[in-house]
Amino acid sequence: MAPYARPMPSSPRPDPEKAADREVDWDGVRLHVITGKGGTGKTTAAASLAIALATGGHRVLIIEVEGRQGLSQVFDVPPLAYAERRMAVAPGGGEVFGLAVDAEEALLEYLEMFYNLRRAGTALRRMGAIDFATTVAPGVRDVLLTGKAKEAVRRQQDGVPVYDAVVMDAPPTGRIARFLNVNAEVAGLARSGPIRTQADAVMAVIGSRLTAVHVVTLLEEMPVQETADGVQALREAGLPVGGVIVNQIRRPRLNRTNQTKARRHSFDVAAIAAELSSAGVLTASGTLAGSLVDVSGSTIVDVLIAEAADHAERVALEQRERENIQALHRPTYEIAFMPDGVDVGTLYEFAESLREQGMA
Amino acid sequence: MTHAHDVVPRAPSLDVDALLDDRSIRVVVCCGAGGVGKTTTAAALALRAAERGRNVVVLTIDPARRLAQSLGLTELDNDPRPVPGTAGEGSLAAMMLDMKRTFDEFVESNADATRAATILANPFYQSLSSSFAGTQEYMAMEKLGQLRARAIADQSWDLIVVDTPPSRSALDFLDAPRRLGSFLDGRFIRLLAAPAKAGGRAYMKVLAAGFGMFTTVLGKVIGGQVLTDVQIFVGAVDTLFGGFRQRADDTYAMLQAPDTAFVVVAAPERDALREASYFVERLEAESMPLAGLVLNRVQATALPDLDAATSTAAAARLEVGSPKSITAALLRIHADRIATFERQFRLVERFSAVHRGVPVATIPALASDVVDLAGLRAVGAALAEQG
Repeated sequence: MAPYARPMPSSPRPDPEKAADREVDWDGVRLHVITGKGGTGKTTAAASLAIALATGGHRVLIIEVEGRQGLSQVFDVPPLAYAERRMAVAPGGGEVFGLAVDAEEALLEYLEMFYNLRRAGTALRRMGAIDFATTVAPGVRDVLLTGKAKEAVRRQQDGVPVYDAVVMDAPPTGRIARFLNVNAEVAGLARSGPIRTQADAVMAVIGSRLTAVHVVTLLEEMPVQETADGVQALREAGLPVGGVIVNQIRRPRLNRTNQTKARRHSFDVAAIAAELSSAGVLTASGTLAGSLVDVSGSTIVDVLIAEAADHAERVALEQRERENIQALHRPTYEIAFMPDGVDVGTLYEFAESLREQGMA
Repeated sequence: MTHAHDVVPRAPSLDVDALLDDRSIRVVVCCGAGGVGKTTTAAALALRAAERGRNVVVLTIDPARRLAQSLGLTELDNDPRPVPGTAGEGSLAAMMLDMKRTFDEFVESNADATRAATILANPFYQSLSSSFAGTQEYMAMEKLGQLRARAIADQSWDLIVVDTPPSRSALDFLDAPRRLGSFLDGRFIRLLAAPAKAGGRAYMKVLAAGFGMFTTVLGKVIGGQVLTDVQIFVGAVDTLFGGFRQRADDTYAMLQAPDTAFVVVAAPERDALREASYFVERLEAESMPLAGLVLNRVQATALPDLDAATSTAAAARLEVGSPKSITAALLRIHADRIATFERQFRLVERFSAVHRGVPVATIPALASDVVDLAGLRAVGAALAEQG
C-alpha cells in the first residue's frame, strides 16, 4: 500500500455542522490537485471542493493553470488576472480566492523575487527568452505553474499560513504525472541552477503528504480507463494519489427487476397506456394531451419504453464502470448529474455533498 | 432519431455524404477541444468515405486503446496500415502519429548519416522532439504534409482525414507549429548558439549593454549546460532544414487550399461550444474552409413534445396513488432526458445565433463507447442521416 493510502470513507459520519468532530479523509492535505479526462468536469469539481474546504470559516485559494478562464465561468465572475481575488464566500464565513496563473508573469515575479531582475524582463522578452522559457522549453513552464501553487501553500503571515488549503484545477489525466513530476521534467534541460532548485522545492510539497491528486471521472468506459492509467502513472512517479470523484451520477429510476424488464422490453403496454391516461398525459382519444402535433398513445408508450431500455442499458454499463473504479482502491466521492446544467448555486450543493461524503 | 434541425433550429444541416463524396476535397481536418470525440469522429468519417468508394487514409493522434485496435493499430509504426473489414470498392488505411519518430525521420531524411547521428544524440534535440510544447502539433502538420505529398505522388489515397492533438485549446493546432518554427528559426536560438553571428555588428552594438545581463540571467534560469547543447544542435541543423518556420508556413498555407475542409467537433456543453466558437471565428478570419460543426453526444429524444414539466407533474400524480408505478418511473426517465435535451438545445441555439449559416450534424449520445468498425459505421450513418 502506498503511504498515502487512506481507508474508504466510512459512514455514518459525525454531524457535518460541528467542525470540531468532523473527520475528513484528507486531514493534513494542503494542496488538492484536480485532474481527469477532458470533459469530465474538472473545473466544476475543483470549484465545489474549494467551497467545501472553505466552509466553516476557512480561507482557500483555487488556481487554474491552463489559461482557459474556466474558474471565472463556473463562479460567474469577470475573468481573473494574475492576482488573487475573492471569488466566493462559503457557509460559516469561509472565503474562496481565485488566481489564474500565467507562466510569463510567474517567471517575471520569480526573477524579481530571487534576483531583483524584474526590469530585465522587458529586455528578455524582446529577445524571445521569456517566450522560450514559458512556452517552448519543456518543464520550465510547469515548474513555474506548480511553483506558484507551492508558494501559496507555504505562504505565511505572522507565522500562520495565509491559506488553509489550495485547490488546483490541473491539466488532464494524460498529462498530469508529467506536469507534476517537475523534477524529471527539467532533468533534461536544467541539471543544475535555480530552475533545478525550484523544481526540488516544488517536489518537496507536491510529492509529499501535503498534497493529494484527485481524479475526476464519469461512469463511462474511456474516462474510467484514463483514470486507471492516470492513477498508475501517478503511482509510478511517486506522486500522492488522492480520491476519485465520480461526476454526473444519474439516479437509477428503475429497480433491478424493472431494469431487466426494460432491457427485455417486457413491460405491460396496456397498463402503461392506462396510467398515462389517468395521469392526464393522454387525452380521452388516446393522443398526447396539450400538443399541437398529433402523437398517438402507442407511439408515446413505445418511445417511453425505448427510453427506459436505454436508461437500463446505461445503468448496467455504469455499474460495470463502478466496479472498475472500486478496483483502484481509492476513496470515492460522487457528484450528481444536473440535467438543467450547473450554475453557481449548484456548486454549493456539490460542496455540501462532498462534505457529507467526508472529502472536506 | 433526432435530426439536426430538431436540435438546431437556425442551423442548416451538414450534408456529410456530399462532403465525403466530393472528389475535389482531399483533406478533412477534425478539430475541437479535448474530450469531445474528435478521434472517433475522424475515424467514422474516414470509414464512411472509404465505404462510399474513396481511398482514404486517417491520421489519428491519440486514439483510445480499443478504438486503435479496431483500426488495426496494434503497433506504433508511424506508417499507414490497411484497415481490414471495410465494405465496398474503396479502401481505408490508418495510422497513429508517433511524434518523436516523425521528427527523427525528418532529421534522417534531411541530413547525412553523421550529422543526423549528432542531432539525434543531442540532449536538446531529445527534449525538443519528445516534450516541447507544440512539437506534437508541428509533427501532426508535418505528417499531414508527407501524406499529402505521397497521395499526390503515387495516388495511394484520394482523401486524408486528420484528427488533431488533444491540446488545451483547439487553436493550438493552427498556432503551435508556427510558434515552434519561429522559435527554431528565431533570433533567440541563434543568440544562444552563437551570439556573434546573430545580427551583425550593428545589432550587437545595440545589444552589447544588455548582453552580459542576458547570458547571466539565462544561465541562472536554465543552466549553462543547455547553452552548450543548443550550440551543438543549431550548428548541426543550421544549413540543413531550409527553415522550420518556412515549413510550418507551407503546411499552414495548405490548410487554406480549397481542397481542404475543416470539421469542428464539439459536445453540446458550454465549454466545448465556446472552444468551437473561437475556432470557427479563427477559420473565418484565416479564410480556411469550414465544412461545418459536428455535435457529439447529443441527447436524442423521439418525443420532444412531451416536455419535462408535464412529465414530472404526471409522474408525481401517479406516485400519489402508487409510489412504485412503472409508468411514473418511465415519465421520470423521459423528464431527465428531455431536460438534458432542452439545455443542449438552448446552448446550441446560442451558438447558431452567433454563427449563422454554419451547417451542423449531430451524433446521438450512445450508451457505450465506440470500439469497433460496426460502431464507427453507426456513427457515420447517424452523421449522414441529417443530410
